Amino acid sequence: MIHFQDVVKRFGDTTVLDGLDFTVAPGERVTLIGPSGSGKTTILRLLMTLEDLTEGFIYVDGEPLTHELRDGKRVARRPRDVSKTRRRIGMVFQQFNLFPNMSVLENITEAPIHVLGKPKQEAREDALRILEQVGLRERANAHPMQLSGGQQQRVAIARALAMHPEILLLDEVTSALDPELVGDVLEVLREIARTTNITMLIVTHEMQFARDVSNRVLMFDSGRILEEAEPDKMFSHPEHERTRRFLQAIL
Amino acid sequence: MTWDTEFALSVFPELLSAFVRVTLLVTVVGSLMAAALGLVWAITQRSLGRRSLPLRWVLDFIRMTPIPVQLLFVYYTFNNLSALTVGILVFGIHYSTYMAESYRAGIESIRKGQWEAATALSLPPHRTWRAVILPQALRATLPSLGNWAIAMFKDTPFLIFIGVLEMVTVARQIGGSTFRYTETFTIAGLIFLAASYPTAILMRRLEKRLAY
Amino acid sequence: MSDLLDTLAAASPQLWEGTLVTLQLTFGGAALAFLVAVGLGLAALSPWVIVRTLVRVIVELFRGTSLVVQVFFLFYVLPLWGVELAPYTTGILALGLNYGAYGSEVVRGSLTSVPQGQWETTTALSMSWLHKMRRVIWPQAWALMLPGLNNLLIMLVKGTALASFFLMNDLTFVSDQMRRTAGTFTSYGIAMVIYLLIALALSWALRVLEARALRRLGLREPTKGETAKATAEAVA
Repeated sequence: MIHFQDVVKRFGDTTVLDGLDFTVAPGERVTLIGPSGSGKTTILRLLMTLEDLTEGFIYVDGEPLTHELRDGKRVARRPRDVSKTRRRIGMVFQQFNLFPNMSVLENITEAPIHVLGKPKQEAREDALRILEQVGLRERANAHPMQLSGGQQQRVAIARALAMHPEILLLDEVTSALDPELVGDVLEVLREIARTTNITMLIVTHEMQFARDVSNRVLMFDSGRILEEAEPDKMFSHPEHERTRRFLQAIL
Repeated sequence: MTWDTEFALSVFPELLSAFVRVTLLVTVVGSLMAAALGLVWAITQRSLGRRSLPLRWVLDFIRMTPIPVQLLFVYYTFNNLSALTVGILVFGIHYSTYMAESYRAGIESIRKGQWEAATALSLPPHRTWRAVILPQALRATLPSLGNWAIAMFKDTPFLIFIGVLEMVTVARQIGGSTFRYTETFTIAGLIFLAASYPTAILMRRLEKRLAY
Repeated sequence: MSDLLDTLAAASPQLWEGTLVTLQLTFGGAALAFLVAVGLGLAALSPWVIVRTLVRVIVELFRGTSLVVQVFFLFYVLPLWGVELAPYTTGILALGLNYGAYGSEVVRGSLTSVPQGQWETTTALSMSWLHKMRRVIWPQAWALMLPGLNNLLIMLVKGTALASFFLMNDLTFVSDQMRRTAGTFTSYGIAMVIYLLIALALSWALRVLEARALRRLGLREPTKGETAKATAEAVA
């Protein structure tokens, strides 16, 4: 379970998230939508500890992530504790961010071996199994630069899955892809949604995909949740005029 | 060894005067010369293409050999030139080979479309360079030229090899006659720092300001 | 022609001696400079303001005060404080510290040029500092820093000529001695050619390393112009 409690995020004078409160149940798939600058990507980045929390708390399965309340005071947790909690979370980025100095297979096994301490052989077998799942087993020894954008993104998904996260964050994973490459990546993600019970937080502009995989859609505007609903309801009968206009603009 | 502030202050005017008369003179005239020659090298190379290879070898040769040896070489070969003139010539030519590379970076940074547009308008080569390429390229090159000028400035004490009385040489002489090297070299170092650090900061600012 | 050969033959023992001294100063200075550059370059990215400030002060001090002044300081001032260094040590120390400070700017610049996404991904995979540096960031920064370090190494080779001023028998000193017997053109000409060969060989070696690093990353080589611009920023 993920719980955001009174979360505030400011960059200088700009408030990106303004007293945010929401909960995501285990195994739930939640899509975050909203105009750019509405704070949805910031939520994922806060969860992945890529940004510092200005105020408030984030809990993962009841465990505080970066800050905790001790004797009534908000204090930062030790980096080592943060890292322990963070290991439950995986993330796939818009720009793939594969390590160019490693082969596809090495990209995937690097963290399981050196962060989780998995035996090499086991990590390798696991990586090949996951590569099979994303349809790239035969490219295991290829160099990231030899792959198309869509293939790179599928490797990045495999890399995140190899850490066996309980929570997977997908940050506009198809936005950097040529239109004809989007389908394969989404198909892989649909398959993961179908066959696992990983909790997913998704930021995307692919509304059909959001409709297919998510249980709930949150509409953000100016750092707040404007409305939330099941995907069918959100996409066909949004409550707010603002949501209607946003959906019209992107569909 | 104790630090004598009074003595340090007393050598300051003499060092500063050597600094202005020699160090600054060589740096300013040498930089201007290097900037002009560097541009000539860069345009020649770009225009000649592969045929500029011999020029490239000569420039590499100058760039890869030490300034002290070059100073001695020119000084003893042309004994009718004053040491100061030799200094300016050698520093100007040596650093022109570095500045040529910076010009090159500036010229390379011009998008191909600019050349193509100039060709499409049938501009003659000198107009293409003067009106289209150089104004854009120089903008990107200026901070880099400034940085090389600072590097040259810090190399000027090499003039000691041909007996030019620039600041560090004077500092050494004063130190030698008073045995107070600490103060003299500290003051000399500080004068260098006081001149080069603000200029370097200025170049960094300029770099940001001029970036498109 | 035979005159030249005779002169060369007569002077060859000294020339060889001088070349060795120059090479020793080059390798000693370069090794120290590399350590200093990496140390200061990494420390410049420290999360602690105090460390970053300290690094800035050290780097600007060495960058700003000229190699020659630093050498003179080590040579004339340290003995007054009771520290007597052998000329070799003085030379290596001055070259190492000065070019190390320049190099630290190249190292720092290369590390920060590794795309933000790479750093973020190491966080997303919970890698430790050492792990991410060793396996992800450094291998990429390494390819980026080699051209700059290459330029600095050539400058360091040229900087060793300063040693002759302290009567070390380096190449410059030997050629200056030869002038009386062999003439200006021959003596300095030979010295310059040997310097050129040393610089070319080292430069070639680093370019091989760079090509290997780039191949591993599947990247193109930066142009000479781009490299020159980055070097100018480091040495200013």
